[in-house]
Amino acid sequence: MSTNSKLYLFVIAFLIAIFAFYNYLVYSSNGYVAVEKLSPMAVKGQQLFQNNRCWSCHQLYGLGGYLGPDLTNVYSDEDKGPLYFKAFLNSGVKSMPKFNFSEEEKDVLVEYMKQVDETGIYPNYDAEIEATGWVKLKYQNEE
Amino acid sequence: MKNKAPIYFLLFAIIVFFLGMFFGMIASFQYLLPEFLKEYLPFSKLRPFHVTSVISWIVLCATGSIYFFLTYVEKFKLFSPLLVKLHFIIFLLTGIAIYFSFAFDYTEGREYFAFKPILIVPILIGWILFGINYFKTLYKNVKGWPVYYWMWGTGIVFISYHLMEAHFWLLDFFRLNFIKDFAVQWKSTGSFTGSWNMLVYGISIYLMSKIKKDSDVARNKAAFFFYFLGLTNLMFGWAHHTYLLPTQPWIRYVAYAISMTEWIVLASIIYSWKRSVLKVEKENHPMAYRFLLATDFWIFLNIILALLFSIPAINFFTHGTHITVAHSMGTTIGINTTILFSALFFILHQLYPDFETDRKWVKRGFVSFNISLFFFWISLLIAGGKRSYWMYVSKSGLFSEMQDSLILYYISFFIFGIGIFVSLLIVAFPIFKAFFHKIKT
Ligand code: HEC
Ligand code: HEM
Repeated sequence: MSTNSKLYLFVIAFLIAIFAFYNYLVYSSNGYVAVEKLSPMAVKGQQLFQNNRCWSCHQLYGLGGYLGPDLTNVYSDEDKGPLYFKAFLNSGVKSMPKFNFSEEEKDVLVEYMKQVDETGIYPNYDAEIEATGWVKLKYQNEE
Repeated sequence: MKNKAPIYFLLFAIIVFFLGMFFGMIASFQYLLPEFLKEYLPFSKLRPFHVTSVISWIVLCATGSIYFFLTYVEKFKLFSPLLVKLHFIIFLLTGIAIYFSFAFDYTEGREYFAFKPILIVPILIGWILFGINYFKTLYKNVKGWPVYYWMWGTGIVFISYHLMEAHFWLLDFFRLNFIKDFAVQWKSTGSFTGSWNMLVYGISIYLMSKIKKDSDVARNKAAFFFYFLGLTNLMFGWAHHTYLLPTQPWIRYVAYAISMTEWIVLASIIYSWKRSVLKVEKENHPMAYRFLLATDFWIFLNIILALLFSIPAINFFTHGTHITVAHSMGTTIGINTTILFSALFFILHQLYPDFETDRKWVKRGFVSFNISLFFFWISLLIAGGKRSYWMYVSKSGLFSEMQDSLILYYISFFIFGIGIFVSLLIVAFPIFKAFFHKIKT
C-alpha cells in the first residue's frame, strides 16, 4: 500500500473517532432542552400518526410533507385546541382522507399532540435573529 | 459469459424511476384537485410511493453502475459473482414487498422508510453483501486507490450505518424522548443522502476520468480534499434540517460551521468552471458528456440555494416550505439523476460501441428536460416563498386560502413535472431497449 493510502486511512480513522464521540453526545439526552418522556398513551398516538401517514401531508417542526398545515402547536393554539383537532380527524376535509377513528384512538392522538406541543414552539415567532446569521430560539416555558 | 447482474440492477432502477415519477405526477395533481382519486390513492399513499421509488432509483442505478464498472470496464475478477446475483434477488424481492406494504397500508415506518420496519433487515443484508464483495475485490486488485474507490467504499459503509440509525426510533431509548428521536430521525436521513452522494459523486469522477482519459482528476490532492470535505459534511452537516428543533445550541453551531465549508466547493466550482468541463473529450460520449455539463449547471444553482438556507437566519424563513422541496428535488434530479444518466450512456457505449446515442430525439429530450426542470424548480421556490410570507409576514388568512392563492404555481409545477417525465422517457427509451436486448442475448 502506498504512503498516501496510509495517510488517507489515518484521516478517515480520525474523522470516524470524532464522529463516534459526536454521536455519543447526540444520542444522549443532554443535547435536548425538552426531556419529558412520552407517556404510553402518547406512544400509541405516535404509532397511529405513523401508520396513517399523517406526516406525509403534515409537518411537525416544519418537517414532513407539505400539502397540509404544520401541527406542532395545534394543541395549545388559542383558536384550535383538542376539540378542534378531534373534529378534523373523521371529517375528510379537502385532500385529507376520511379516517374512521374510534373515540379512544382520537384520545391517544390528542395525547400525542399534547406532548409534542409541550416540547417547543414552531413557528418560533419570538426567536431572535442576530447579525451573524444566527437564530436564537425561544424555548417552551422560557420567559 | 459475463455476469449480467449489473444490467439487471440498471433495468430495475429505470423501471422504479419511471414508476416513481408517475406517482409524483399524480401526487402533484392532487395539489390542484384535492379530491382527485382521494379515496383510493390519497396523497399520503402517493408520497411514500413516489419518494421511496425515486430514492431507490438513485441507489439502484448507482449500485448497478459500480458493479458494471468493476466487472466490464476494469475487468476485475469479482470476489464472488454469486453474491451479486444474491444481492439483486434480495433487493428485487424486498422492493416488491415494499410496494405491497404501501399498497395495503402496512406503513408503520417513518418518512422515506414508511414500509414495515422489518423490511430494513433484507435491505441491510443486501448492503453487507455489496460491501463484502466490493472490499474483497478491490483489496485483491488495486494498489493505491483513486478517489472514487474511496468514495464508493465510504458510501457503502455509511449507507448501512444510516439505514440502521433511521430505525433507532424502534428503541425506547430514543423514542420516548420526542426531540431526541426527531433529531436523530432527520440526522439519519440527512446523512443517508450524504452517503448516497458518495456513490453518485464517485461515479461522476469516475466518468470524468474515463471520458477525459485522464486519471489525474481522480488522484490529485484536490480530489481527496473534496472527498474529506464531503465526508465531514456527511457526518456533521445534517443539523441544518433541524435548526428549529429545541436542541442544545452547540449541535446547531457545529452544523452551521460545517455547512459553511461548502462555500469552498462553490468557490472551486466557479474557479475551475472553464477548466473542468470544456476540456472533456466528448467524441465517443456525446450524451454522457452533455449530462455531465447539465450536472455542473445544476450543482451551481443548487449549491447557492443550499448555502443560503444553511444560514440559520435564512433557514428560519425557508424551512417548512416548498423551498425545501425545491432543494430535495433540485438536487436529486438536477445532480444525482443527470450523473446517473451520464453513467447509463457511458455504459451503453461500453456494451454497444457503435450505438449512436445522440440521436435527434434524444438531444431534444435532453434540452426539454433541462428547461422543464428549471421551471419546475422555480415554481417550487416561488410557492415556498409565498408560504413563508404567509407564515412570517402577513400572518393572516387560513391555510386553505394561502394554498388556493398558490394555484398558479402548483399548475406550473404539475405541467413541468409532466415535461420532466416525458423528456426523460424519450431519453431513456433507447437505453432501456438496448439493456433489455443485452440480457436476452
Ligand atoms: C392526504 C393528506 C392528509 C393526510 C394523510 C392527513 N391530513 Fe390532516 N389535513 C390535510 C389538509 C390539506 C388539511 C387542511 C384542510 C384545510 O384547512 O383546508 C388538514 C388539516 C388537518 C388539521 C387541522 C389543522 C389546522 O391547523 O387547522 C388537523 C388537526 C389534521 N389535519 C390532523 C391530521 C391527522 C392527525 C392525520 C393523520 C391521522 C391527518 N391529518 C392526515 C391533509 C391531510
Ligand atoms: C415527474 C416529475 C416529478 C413530480 C411531478 C414530482 C412530484 C413530487 C411531489 C408532489 C412531492 C411531494 C411534495 C410535498 O410533500 O408536498 C415530491 C417530493 C419529492 N420528490 Fe418528486 N416529483 C418528480 C420527480 C422526482 C424525481 C425524478 C426525483 C428524484 C430523483 C424526486 C425526488 C423527490 C424527493 C426526494 C421528494 C421529497 C421531498 C422532501 O421531503 O423535501 N422527484 N415530488
